[in-house]
Amino acid sequence: MAAHRCCFPVWLFILCSFSLFIIAGSQETTVAPEQHASVLDNPQTAAETAEQTAGESGGVEERRWEGTEVRDAAAQKQAEPAVLQPTPQPKDDFQEELVVRPLHSGDIYASFQFRTLWETDFMRGNKVSHYRLFPKSLGQVISKFSVRELHISFTQGYWRTMQWGQPYLPSPPGAELWVWFQDSVTDVDATWKELTNVLSGIFCASLNFIDSTNTVQPSASFKPLGIGNVTDHRFLRYATLPREIVCTENLTPWKKLLPCGSKAGLAVLLKSEKLFHSSFHSQAVHIRPVCQDWQCKTTSWELRQTLNVVFDLHNSGQGKREWSLFKMFSRTLTEACPLASSSKIYIDITDNPEGEQFELSPATSLLSQAMVLGDRRTFSVYDLTQQDTFGSVRSLNLLIRWKSTEGDMLRPLLHAERYVAGYGLQTGEIHTLMYNHHPYRSFPVLLLDSVPWYLRLYIHTLTVTSKGKDNKPSYIHYQPSKDRVRPHLLEMLVQLPPNSVTEVTVQFERALLKWTEYTPDPNHGFYVGSSVISSLVPSTVAMDTNSTRERPLFSSFFPCKEESSYFVRVYTEPLLVNLPTPDFSMPYNVICLTCTVVAVGYGSLYNLLTRSFQIEEPSPGLAKRIANVIRKMRGVPPL
Amino acid sequence: MELLKIAFCRNLFKFLCFCRGLHSGVVVSTFALQLENPWFTSRLSRDLSAWSLHVLPVHAWVFSRVLRLPPTVQKYAEMAAPLTLLLVLAVTIRAALFRSSLAELIAERVEVVSPITAWKRVVEGLALLDLGVSPYSGDVFHETPLIIYLFHFVVDYAEITFMLADVITAVALYMAVKDYNKQVFRKQKFALEADRYPLDCLELIRSPKEMYYIPLKVAMFYLLNPFTILSCVAKSTCGLNNAVVALFIFSTIKGNTLLSAIFLCLATYQSIYPLTLCAPAMLYLMQRQYIPVNFRRASFWWFIAQYLFMYLGSLFVLICLSFFLLGSWDYMPSVYGFILSVPDLTPNIGLFWYFFAEMFEHFRLFFLCVFQINVFFYTIPLSVKLKEHPVFLIFMQLAVISIFKSYPTVGDIALYMAFLPVWSHLYRFLRNTFLVSCVLLACSTLFPVLWHLWIYAGSANSNFYYAITLLFNVAQILLVSDYFYAFLRREHHLTYGLYLKRKDGSEATLVLK
Repeated sequence: MAAHRCCFPVWLFILCSFSLFIIAGSQETTVAPEQHASVLDNPQTAAETAEQTAGESGGVEERRWEGTEVRDAAAQKQAEPAVLQPTPQPKDDFQEELVVRPLHSGDIYASFQFRTLWETDFMRGNKVSHYRLFPKSLGQVISKFSVRELHISFTQGYWRTMQWGQPYLPSPPGAELWVWFQDSVTDVDATWKELTNVLSGIFCASLNFIDSTNTVQPSASFKPLGIGNVTDHRFLRYATLPREIVCTENLTPWKKLLPCGSKAGLAVLLKSEKLFHSSFHSQAVHIRPVCQDWQCKTTSWELRQTLNVVFDLHNSGQGKREWSLFKMFSRTLTEACPLASSSKIYIDITDNPEGEQFELSPATSLLSQAMVLGDRRTFSVYDLTQQDTFGSVRSLNLLIRWKSTEGDMLRPLLHAERYVAGYGLQTGEIHTLMYNHHPYRSFPVLLLDSVPWYLRLYIHTLTVTSKGKDNKPSYIHYQPSKDRVRPHLLEMLVQLPPNSVTEVTVQFERALLKWTEYTPDPNHGFYVGSSVISSLVPSTVAMDTNSTRERPLFSSFFPCKEESSYFVRVYTEPLLVNLPTPDFSMPYNVICLTCTVVAVGYGSLYNLLTRSFQIEEPSPGLAKRIANVIRKMRGVPPL
Repeated sequence: MELLKIAFCRNLFKFLCFCRGLHSGVVVSTFALQLENPWFTSRLSRDLSAWSLHVLPVHAWVFSRVLRLPPTVQKYAEMAAPLTLLLVLAVTIRAALFRSSLAELIAERVEVVSPITAWKRVVEGLALLDLGVSPYSGDVFHETPLIIYLFHFVVDYAEITFMLADVITAVALYMAVKDYNKQVFRKQKFALEADRYPLDCLELIRSPKEMYYIPLKVAMFYLLNPFTILSCVAKSTCGLNNAVVALFIFSTIKGNTLLSAIFLCLATYQSIYPLTLCAPAMLYLMQRQYIPVNFRRASFWWFIAQYLFMYLGSLFVLICLSFFLLGSWDYMPSVYGFILSVPDLTPNIGLFWYFFAEMFEHFRLFFLCVFQINVFFYTIPLSVKLKEHPVFLIFMQLAVISIFKSYPTVGDIALYMAFLPVWSHLYRFLRNTFLVSCVLLACSTLFPVLWHLWIYAGSANSNFYYAITLLFNVAQILLVSDYFYAFLRREHHLTYGLYLKRKDGSEATLVLK
């Protein structure tokens, strides 16, 4: 009955807004239940709100044009027609992008980035219920748990920095989750616990194994990447699960968060049988508030879904060094996601300016330059929103054919590795090596180590040496572990001298655990999460410090504060450490035997305490004893 | 701050009230020196109190001349010559081992150091303190705040400190046993004069000749025991605990109630278990002051109240002192909670580690309670049975503690083994000396072997090492119960005669019934 009654005003409202959105050229309009209610209360106000919204959208549209022009100026080599319809922009915006970087090792690095921007406020009193491009599941997570920033990544394989260079988005092997909560959260630990369980459900991952024993609160390494200068690390939680296996079941929910799903746009390439047949696979979700304009008057929420994959085509490609989209993903592209405001493919051709290294087909005349990872890179750009990109066959299958196998990669300036030294199951030593390949500049790095409690670190054995000399860290934050409660956290600021290796060593002792605390395969060992090395590395070119200017997505993730340096995060290998194990087959035996020994002690003392010494009299024979019993019954004195 | 010299007065109650208002420092290790040399006292205490002024933020007690010393120094020098030789030898052995590469190896041995006493962890605690982190915020450091405080100043002289601790223990035991033997001899003389012993018991009567070397043997058993040497070279803080316990025994045997209570309180504060030594101390002191152990006597209860008051008062002072040193109560769960709840299952020579590693989760608390109560439980029946022989009771208690405590090390065993020469007159009644000594020796050598096979070679598993700990503990239990049996049997013979006869006149055998 109620539905019938509210029917009329709803239709009125839908008509009203529809007429407005026809001008805006919007694709769909849905009305959420909460708005039903508000319309019911006051249809007049609702109509006004809708009008206001349309007006604001117009304003945003104005600014976006400017941004686009700047972007065009950057890529001004070619006259880009950029025929965009003068559509008034809705408050949300979706962009997709694929960057392909041929690596010198012969591998191919493909990095997908999908960005949804939404100018809304989850935190205000009014509940957000109208979702268009932004996934509702994540929006509800943000508002329910008062999340300020959320970064989650699932990675299979280890990124080989020395062979592949720096990735656009670094991630450690396994699962990594770090969250900044709003300062309105009172019980951060409880919220964190609940959040990890919810995310575990959303991503079909074992994030519910995140508890206090693998969660730390880094004091300096993980600053918020979005706006907001909160630095109180009480609201930060960081956890890694180095053992997490990433598989199709994690990819499917990740793809479902995309506005087009895997039906259209770049996401059609994400076929799991190909993606997981690779040397490295990493998928991530980053949610953060960002500035919408230069003065940061309006903020919006950014959801960035990234997927990085390295294909080992050189070794598995039948000896031929050539690859194509079809070879990599067993799909070709036919269209951009219709909801995307921009959909582009970038191919890194910096090392191939004259086409002597490889040949790219179909050729494109569109070029773009971007500052990324302290270097100016040149890219060939394929704009999927343009029909002529797809040519006459209506499908785009990029092909790179290598001509020569030579080529030097610029060594990454910062690189790190880690290993466990020592033998036996009693003690050991963790060695972390940090390489500064810069020929003349030294720079500081922040090293973060989170070591589980069952490796008991001895901080007094910590040594930091570079070039054979003691290199005293200028800042050390150490939180010792509590057994079965929290891990060790070691953070330190170390200055890396130019062209040097800095070695950090710390000794540990392996604990013997309770038999129920071991994993089902105890002799496989226990994983220790990667060290995180965060640094501002000196840049060879001036970096772009304007965060709001329109840039390719892959170059705009880490905010850049100064022109002379850029932010890099390097993850080391996770460690696999063996612990001494009890014999799992004999708890009963151990309980029985130990109790026996205690009983021997108790029994012998009890004996001596309660009995007294007496002279042993020879015991009478059996017949005599029986006779005595009978005599006793008869009341006659015994024999 | 002036140093106060207070003559020892019988009325300890008054003394306590008086001392409460005084501001002075307490230094445990000086007592041994005081015992050795009365003239030293004033100068040393002055220095120490000046030192304590600078370093101790809180006030504590000082006891300048509490002990009465034997009359002639001449006599002392005569008897102390072999002891001095022994001390020099012991210190030389230790110093040589400290300089050798073995020291590091020994410091890692799980038999020698436990999570509570490991020197590595003391250093870690100091390092944490330097980093501005509370040592008790983590689960590596489990020493008491006073130990941090001590080593904050003497960390560079740790080797000397540990050697000194061993020397103090040996000297204290030496003098304690000497005094005890004198009393035993005096009692025996009275009993002989009163014709209390049966005639055929003359064989059991102890002669001064055989008793003469016992104190020296005790010191030797302690100082030259490989267990003690290992413990000292590993810089296990067990050596310090032993020193405190030895001083407690010494002051008890000397009949000094206040010092006895204070050292007992220090020992309890270091590791809870010496709490059970309260009973023998009270029994001994009452015996010495001719207070009958009778529940209906007011003097009995008055003495108990006095002793407990001193004991609990000094415990209170120590605990508050520790609180003020670090400004938090964190050390309580980290030290005592750790000892009682046994969260660290690092292998050691005790019974706890493997048992609780293999325990079913829902029975853990139950067995934890059973095992911990087991340590304390023997106090009551043993005190009832041995109320006439408190020193033997101390020995029994020390042995029970070192067998059944949660993190035992070989240093604990060394302490009660030092008493074995005191009971040398029981040898004729011991039943399985050979077996026990063989098992103890074999186990001691097998510990490192099986540890190596399990941890380094990977060819054995934890059961091997566990089996050896079981055997080692069985041997200790046999040893202790054997001594207990022998002691009771000798007492029986002293009352009923050595050669007992049956009713029919044939030679009788004694049995426990």
